[in-house]
Amino acid sequence: MKIEINGEQVEIPSNCTTITDLLVHFGLETKIVIIEWNKQILEKSNHDKTGISDGDRIEIVHFVGGG
Amino acid sequence: MLKIGPYEFNSRLLLGTGKFPSFEIQKEAVDASEAQILTFAVRRMDIFEATQPNFLEMLDVSKYTLLPNTAGASTAEEAVRIARLAKASGLCDMIKVEVIGDWKTLLPDPLETLKASEMLLEEGFIVLPYTSDDVLLAKRLQELGVHAIMPGASPIGSGQGIINPLNLSFIIEQASVPIIVDAGIGSPSDATFAMELGADAVLLNTAVSGARDPVKMALAMKLAIEAGRLGLEAGRIPKKRYASASSPTEGWSSI
Repeated sequence: MKIEINGEQVEIPSNCTTITDLLVHFGLETKIVIIEWNKQILEKSNHDKTGISDGDRIEIVHFVGGG
Repeated sequence: MLKIGPYEFNSRLLLGTGKFPSFEIQKEAVDASEAQILTFAVRRMDIFEATQPNFLEMLDVSKYTLLPNTAGASTAEEAVRIARLAKASGLCDMIKVEVIGDWKTLLPDPLETLKASEMLLEEGFIVLPYTSDDVLLAKRLQELGVHAIMPGASPIGSGQGIINPLNLSFIIEQASVPIIVDAGIGSPSDATFAMELGADAVLLNTAVSGARDPVKMALAMKLAIEAGRLGLEAGRIPKKRYASASSPTEGWSSI
């Protein structure tokens, strides 16, 4: 399955069916991350309820140092 | 006690978390500053570098109130999007509205800042806009219902200190919400001056992270802010043109 993550085309295995699966795939499950899925910002509690499919556009953002 | 919306803080120093030489030094500096509010930015993650340490993960987040900023936004809509992303972390509901209007001076766009603040207030955020030192803009923001106003002392990261103390004092005089002097602080004396002018708090970052010894500077800033606040509460003496002896003038002539 091909999806867009942070502006880049990424091939992910077909068993990645939810946002939670996607985070596990990239080793991000314990990180503090925020997901925007097809322009929709997701609450953390919705990560495992949100399915992903071919062509989805996903933003994965986090907190970095700033003033 | 510093009160921002529903929150109360003992510390009047808000510390930014950008540009520290290392996470270890940063952690020590945060401890030394005794800051209770820490600012962060929201950025895309490098998903292929998941093992990269992240400063936030080194902190006990229950001990701090996070104040994410909307840095990177140049329109109200962009700022609102960043604020929503930050809130979706479930870690914070305060937002520093930062809408930059000019990339050389990093001065905030007053109209977009006002618009973003209004939109975010409607969504229930605790809104702290970073603004220029414009008195009427501060008034307008206050009327909207923002929870604090954060006028810049001078351009971000410039270390020029308070370049317009008169405007700042006008803002402070008419304020009904906390005034947090944000941006441009260079030295502890700048921070003290801000507090002596009557600011409720100071937000700084580069002055600490860029110092030769950030940990020592964090402590210096904490003390400077406390000194300024105490001085304000104690009430300074008026300035006089001529001298006024501190020692008694009586009982001297016979010696």
